[in-house]
Amino acid sequence: MSENEINRGRRRFLTATTAVVGAAGAGLAAIPFIQSWQPSARARVVGGPIKVNIAPLEPGQLLRETWRGQTVGILRRTEVMLQNLGEVENRLSDPDSMKDQQPAYIDNQSRALKPEYLVLVMICTHLGCIPELVSEVGPQPYDENWLGGFYCPCHKSKFDLAGRVYKGVPAPLNLKVPPYRYIDDRTVEIGVDPEQIS
Amino acid sequence: MATPANSMRSTASKVGYWVDQRLPISSLWRDHMSHYYAAKNFNFWYYFGSLSLLALVIQLVSGIFLTMFYKPDAAEAFASVEYIMRDVPFGWLIRYIHSTGASAFFLVVYLHMFRAMLYGSYRTPRELIWIFGMLIYLVLMAEAFLGYVLPWGQMSYWGAQVIISLFGAIPDLGFISGDALVEWIRGDFSVSDATLNRFFALHVVALPLSLLMLVLLHITALHQVGSNNPDGIEIKNNKDATGKPVDGIAFHPYYTVKDLFGVGVFLILFAFIIFFAPDGGGLLLEHDNFVPANPLVTPAHIKPVWYFTPFFAILKAVPDKLGGVIVMGAAVMVLFFLPWLDRSPVKSIRYKGWLSKLALGLFVISFIRLGMLGMGQGTPAQLLESQVWTIVYFAYFISLLIIPRFESTKPVPDRVTSSH
Repeated sequence: MSENEINRGRRRFLTATTAVVGAAGAGLAAIPFIQSWQPSARARVVGGPIKVNIAPLEPGQLLRETWRGQTVGILRRTEVMLQNLGEVENRLSDPDSMKDQQPAYIDNQSRALKPEYLVLVMICTHLGCIPELVSEVGPQPYDENWLGGFYCPCHKSKFDLAGRVYKGVPAPLNLKVPPYRYIDDRTVEIGVDPEQIS
Repeated sequence: MATPANSMRSTASKVGYWVDQRLPISSLWRDHMSHYYAAKNFNFWYYFGSLSLLALVIQLVSGIFLTMFYKPDAAEAFASVEYIMRDVPFGWLIRYIHSTGASAFFLVVYLHMFRAMLYGSYRTPRELIWIFGMLIYLVLMAEAFLGYVLPWGQMSYWGAQVIISLFGAIPDLGFISGDALVEWIRGDFSVSDATLNRFFALHVVALPLSLLMLVLLHITALHQVGSNNPDGIEIKNNKDATGKPVDGIAFHPYYTVKDLFGVGVFLILFAFIIFFAPDGGGLLLEHDNFVPANPLVTPAHIKPVWYFTPFFAILKAVPDKLGGVIVMGAAVMVLFFLPWLDRSPVKSIRYKGWLSKLALGLFVISFIRLGMLGMGQGTPAQLLESQVWTIVYFAYFISLLIIPRFESTKPVPDRVTSSH
């Protein structure tokens, strides 16, 4: 083939299409490597639902369980605690739980299926520390009119006894409520929605 | 008649010739060592480039030996580090070299970067050198963070928790959300064995390889345009009849010998820290990290190691999670743009006016002060001060654009000056 018979347009087209196909292939080949970072089948099984017996809980007592490596707290709230939820509302940044931090079936004021039992993922929505339950009502170093709630020691975020975040603290969102359901009056299953079968 | 010594020499030179025909050893040596000309007025600040390279080598060698004893398994990691510290012969030394070496690496890199800001070493035609250097710095930060997680102590675990959850600040964009990204990075529903395992792979293979590649690019780009100097003059503009820059001296032997002296001083100080203050009073190795990781208990005061605290203070200074992450990211990324932000007609601080000197001075103070505040408990007073210094930090970059508009600079000499 002589020099002037070279079809440059065809050559450019072939080069470009080869490059495009090659790039698409390389992109697709990356998928398995990227997917390999997702939680493994084992992690998903270990992260399955857990059943918790709540019968031994006294009023005002907090039970800590581990679900998916996260601390889940189950707090049996007293009548006074439930009344105080209304008292603090003007100091909260999202009192009506409008932001998506709980399953849709969770009643928005007490943030629980049954108001008496609060189930919360106890991981601060700021940077992931574990807030402490400070149930005593009265002045605290971080709050003069403390009505009980959760206090994060890392960066001083405050939450009420429904896990709703106070205004003016670093945490942006309410504490998360995990999906859960009652199997019977004494047993809570965490990690499953009420309509799901375990 | 050839003496045995002579014939040996000629055999050696024959082998050398044979190899050189196949591998460009002598031309590489010539181009990058014996005939690479650098300005003759390099001062104290020019030690930190070669010391950064030394720190990298120290980390690579000590790191290779640590991988021989360390177990990247959440159940065994902490115990394996204690095993290195107590049972492996000289394991304590190798581990302290590595942990102190990380801090030393950052110290010399920060001083190296300061040198570039002092003498405008990032200015034309050295923008790419600066960009490769900044990429090295980014990879180094990732490398240091990943390495800090490996001992699986309390601070490892909770540091990982905090840093990974920073990605959770990304809002739900449809194709990606912060929560999904966090889960992907962890490989589990919390920081766990899966996280540790992949962090180990990145720390010992992926990032060191990218570091070496970037260092190669950094030095290749440097040798293409030649080193800057404290006067910010292009020595290549003034060559003698043989084509050698009049103000240049050969890198070898002149600067190899000078740098060797710097290596000696560095190693004395380095050894002193390793032997007498390996944890730096909690500054280099935090006390909470001598407690095994416990996902159920958060340490009272989580803070990063000193080399990250300036950025941590900026993160905390912004009273909004996403905003804080963005401002902190901007504090690092803005450095990439230095070559284009600096509009001064002169490169070196020596020929800039007092206002430029004040601006650079305030920038250094803001960085150091933010570093101190980042270690603090975060009281309202500290928060306020962090906000002030964050503004000063960013103001420096604006000052680089504005000050040259009215500042008069001193005349730059044609030849480098011997002292200042």
